[in-house]
Amino acid sequence: MKIIVIDYGSGNLRSAARAVETAANSVTRNSNVKVSSEVVDLKEADRIILPGQGSFGDCMNGLAALEGMLECLEVAVIQRGIPFMGICVGMQLMAAKGLEHGERSGLGWFPGSVGRLQPSDNTLKIPHMGWNDLTFHRTHPVFSGLPKSPHMYFVHSYAYTANDHDEIIAHADYGGLISAAIGRDNLIGVQFHPDKSQEQGLKVLANFVVWQP
Amino acid sequence: MLKKRIIPCLDVKDGRTVKGINFIDLIDAGDPVVQASFYDRAGADELCFLDITASSDNRDTLLDVVERTAEKCFMPLTVGGGVRTVEDIRTLLLAGADKVSINTAAVYNPEFVAEASNKFGSQCIVVAIDAKKVSTGKWEIFTHGGRESTGIDALDWGALMETNGAGELLVTSMDKDGTRSGFDLALTKGIADNVGIPVIASGGVGSLDHLVDGIREGHASAVLAASIFHFGEFTIAEAKAFLAKEGVDIRPLNPT
Repeated sequence: MKIIVIDYGSGNLRSAARAVETAANSVTRNSNVKVSSEVVDLKEADRIILPGQGSFGDCMNGLAALEGMLECLEVAVIQRGIPFMGICVGMQLMAAKGLEHGERSGLGWFPGSVGRLQPSDNTLKIPHMGWNDLTFHRTHPVFSGLPKSPHMYFVHSYAYTANDHDEIIAHADYGGLISAAIGRDNLIGVQFHPDKSQEQGLKVLANFVVWQP
Repeated sequence: MLKKRIIPCLDVKDGRTVKGINFIDLIDAGDPVVQASFYDRAGADELCFLDITASSDNRDTLLDVVERTAEKCFMPLTVGGGVRTVEDIRTLLLAGADKVSINTAAVYNPEFVAEASNKFGSQCIVVAIDAKKVSTGKWEIFTHGGRESTGIDALDWGALMETNGAGELLVTSMDKDGTRSGFDLALTKGIADNVGIPVIASGGVGSLDHLVDGIREGHASAVLAASIFHFGEFTIAEAKAFLAKEGVDIRPLNPT
């Protein structure tokens, strides 16, 4: 099984790749995790992970700057249905648009938008940084075998707002509900960092590796 | 709900931990990677490495430590000490640090923080503030381990660093550091209430009560401690159990 972690210049991916590798090795013997910015790798991928750090616009620019990447992603993920996971800004990029430093189009795989966190309690700090617990709206294979309200590590100042409530798999509470995990068909997006969330984060990654949507 | 974080901090010099450690089951207690793994398994919420290597020739030893830690500890890692340039930050992030803490370089050039956060994002830029009390309700920024005054007001400084794009502030009281008499709560609270970004309280922890105080009275989002954990006085589990008993929202170790 070939798992591609897309590298589009948004920071260090080795540690994320290592987490995916560790998780994959716990559930399958023949996985191969590769950090890549090459379209050719994407064409052969069995699983695709899109991480992301920084602003929505910068990340979208970084992704678009890779020759043929946006088209290839569309083919692999939307047409061929390869299981896809977006992490943090990688999740946000799946939205129709981002509102960070002006409006930008995203990949458009989910109809909602990404805006700045506006907690109802103004003593709450931004970024939303640290461990928060998830509340599940429904069961999903990628979140199986976890505690009822697992804690995951978040670091973000912007978040995805869904138009369609059915997209939400889990939320976290931070002066209002934050979309912590969204999903549809072969698509999964997580606002938290499974690669930084110790055992329970690795469990999510392992589930993703064996997931058959 | 977001939980308060407990962050053990390891002082690293020439690739080895400086403070002794009492965990009998560690094969090499001087290896920061071994200690980091220990804290990872123990359920620490984050880890912090503070590099105190004097010679820049030996900086690579730190990178090796960060790389080896990031290979096996899947938890947030902050690295600080001797961070002076954008290149220093890039190198640490590429080695596997999630956040980089800037101290003296920010004092010399506050714009450096703006440059760093523009380049890498606020989420990975921590500004370390070393402050000393100069009169009641007034603290100043000190450099060189608390020896040199800068005349900069600590509360103003925290606010400026937020404006310049810091994602988090690590506030250490130079009066309290090493005393084991608890955080400077007025300092921590003063800065925390004056900014909209998270503050980590540091310097002076000698008991579990101090951790509670830092959060409750100091309004810190996270508490950093070194010796109470390294010397085996308290485990992370004991600290978490105590905080939970005191009504502080923490991430439980064994959720169901």
